[in-house]
Amino acid sequence: MSDLPLLKVSALSKFYGSRIGCQNVTFELWPGEVLAIVGESGSGKTTLLNCLATRLAPSAGCVEYRMRDGQFRDLYRLSEAERRFLMRTDWGFVHQNPADGLRMTVSAGANVGERLMAVGDRHYGKIRATATDWLGRVEIAEDRIDDQPRAFSGGMRQRLQIARNLVTNPRLVFMDEPTGGLDVSVQARLLDLLRGLVSDLGLAAIVVTHDLAVARLLSHRMMVMKDGHIVETGLTDRVLDDPQAPYTQLLVSSILQV
Amino acid sequence: MPTPLVVSDVAKSFTMHLRDGIRLPVVANVSFSIKAGECAVLGGPSGAGKSSILKMVYGNYAVDGGQIIIPYRDRLVDVATADPRTMLGIRRDMIGYVSQFLRTVPRVSALDVVAEPLVARGTDRNDARDKAASLLGGLNLPERLWSLPPATFSGGEQQRVNIARGFITDHPILLLDEPTASLDARNREVVVSMIRQKKAAGVAMLGIFHDEDVREAVADRIIDVTAFSVSGEAAA
Amino acid sequence: MTELATYNFAYLDEQTKRMIRRAILKAIAIPGYQVPFASREMPMPYGWGTGGVQVTAAVIGPDDTLKVIDQGADDTTNAVSIRAFFQKTANVAVTTRTAAATIIQTRHRIPEAALQTGQTLVYQVPIPEPLRFLEPRETETRKMHALEEYGLMHVKLYEDIARHGHIATTYAYPVKVEGRYVMDPSPTPKFDNPKMHNSPALQLFGAGREKRIYAIPPYTEVVSLDFEDHPFEIQTFSQPCALCGAKGSYLDEVILDDKGGSMFVCSDTDFCEDRQAKGHRGHLSANPAEAAE
Repeated sequence: MSDLPLLKVSALSKFYGSRIGCQNVTFELWPGEVLAIVGESGSGKTTLLNCLATRLAPSAGCVEYRMRDGQFRDLYRLSEAERRFLMRTDWGFVHQNPADGLRMTVSAGANVGERLMAVGDRHYGKIRATATDWLGRVEIAEDRIDDQPRAFSGGMRQRLQIARNLVTNPRLVFMDEPTGGLDVSVQARLLDLLRGLVSDLGLAAIVVTHDLAVARLLSHRMMVMKDGHIVETGLTDRVLDDPQAPYTQLLVSSILQV
Repeated sequence: MPTPLVVSDVAKSFTMHLRDGIRLPVVANVSFSIKAGECAVLGGPSGAGKSSILKMVYGNYAVDGGQIIIPYRDRLVDVATADPRTMLGIRRDMIGYVSQFLRTVPRVSALDVVAEPLVARGTDRNDARDKAASLLGGLNLPERLWSLPPATFSGGEQQRVNIARGFITDHPILLLDEPTASLDARNREVVVSMIRQKKAAGVAMLGIFHDEDVREAVADRIIDVTAFSVSGEAAA
Repeated sequence: MTELATYNFAYLDEQTKRMIRRAILKAIAIPGYQVPFASREMPMPYGWGTGGVQVTAAVIGPDDTLKVIDQGADDTTNAVSIRAFFQKTANVAVTTRTAAATIIQTRHRIPEAALQTGQTLVYQVPIPEPLRFLEPRETETRKMHALEEYGLMHVKLYEDIARHGHIATTYAYPVKVEGRYVMDPSPTPKFDNPKMHNSPALQLFGAGREKRIYAIPPYTEVVSLDFEDHPFEIQTFSQPCALCGAKGSYLDEVILDDKGGSMFVCSDTDFCEDRQAKGHRGHLSANPAEAAE
């Protein structure tokens, strides 16, 4: 792990009129670290994620990111061109609904290749070879490369979305309920795949989930949110095995045992 | 070389917010230290707080008060107050932990479960697998199981995977939470000899063993946890 | 043409022409950039060249000579109607000869004869946005142009190669203008793309329904997009024109009978007639009437 964080978040708040989206969130994320943000619907976790990923302008506070040149930049002072470039090269964003993150009417290969073409790759053969390699890494058969994601199952679509995001070797990936809406068996496969990719590639990730099992499996650290506030943070297994905040205790005790 | 593990005045209680905030004290004034090459065993009846002490040392349980000092990267770190990132580093580099139960991950083979802590420390994956194979072989886990995910294994089989995983690294500190609970006599013997090897290698070990034979065989010292116990009424 | 007095010169009022000229000047200043303009209702349906007609009306003067082609031909309905429109409303000279025209309004072709300095080519454009195929949001495509994010254009070409083994886009083939804006050349065959590059003529594009005008000033770099390992190529034809024997011109297939008989002839009728007048002959030109029976 590097001695400098990748992301520095200070006193980040987002208000919707008088309603709190998230308030006074401060934390740092280091390279290779997976942070889970958990909480129930409406707790502000998706608002926070969107504020971090520059998809939603915060009302107050500051998000700084260490660019590839080593310089920290305030994300909300980047030009739009810089911000968009960052989002399609150094960052990934995995949506809960794969249709939000994929181009449903172009082939799987083009979905994976798009980021490469966006950064200037102009050799069809090489783009296709890279796409093939990535489909393999997310366990999509090579002969599906020219099929459109419309013809894919939910789990395959989600894996394709992951490949599309990781092809430019991003350093930070945001995930919004990456396993939501999938069957349990499909979820397990996806989680294992994500876990492997995150550790093999040394990715930093911020995962929003309401599923504590997902948080336990994927993340090193956890933040528990309620009503827009962070109520507890710590090592994932510490938060889950010895929850301190009343709300975290309620959350943990609400898990159904199989 | 500094003492690998010094625990002083540690206290632990649980506050049950869902039960009107009732506070359940577990232990207080926990103080001991373990030298390199020493195996200390926590003694006392169930519910005395043995597991809680182990989990606090590993950072798995929060600490109410006191210090748990571990030398890490030329400084002394207090586990009780260490930030998560430091704690992750300490787990990777300093503390091995054999828990009572294996938390299985879907689709990951037994061999890779065992090899993982080595891989996390930068060992080549194939070398790590070789070492994992020799450990699982030594623990008499049938070779046909190695490539399977341990979720469907019996209790004893899972326990052996867990032991191999805890013993594969050369962490200076090793925490053992009933590693032999569901093993037969032959495999208990294997574990006893593995613990002896770790001792010879200078590893500081803190364990819980209900099995008296194993305890006799490995313990250099018994730490009586009842001495740290707090009665519910006294603390309430 | 006695009805001239009923209309302002070239149909549009002077305020509207000035508005369109301002858009054209801006378009010339930013080659390849789509300039929005307040497209007017014209006395013809959308899709019949309302954009091209407004551009022509704004630039045409009494001394101009107008040529109008549709798919290369001067004698098809669209070309004939628009030519008649400007004869009626502007009383300008018209011609079918490329070399004699000062303004050429076109649908789907660029004349074969090289254009000259002083000539203006006005294209009728149905969909001006080259990124529309993959990105339906106008707000997003504008942003992509502004930030020069053109990776998506190559996604389209990638899809072509993946599906057909080669870039199968044969018309409206995207180009990059002066190293900056990616532009849709209107539904001309890609055969004509090289003619746009460094042309001495001024090229103006009008999209009436979509309310956009864009331009390529004379001598501007126009590069067709491609991949390193799948370079841009134009169509080639295996036979010469059946009427004038031209090789290397763009050919149309003309059905001759109901038994599958057909011939390939130049789509540019002026070019073909000019060659025939100069004595060039194709293999069906001796007695075309007989062949058609």
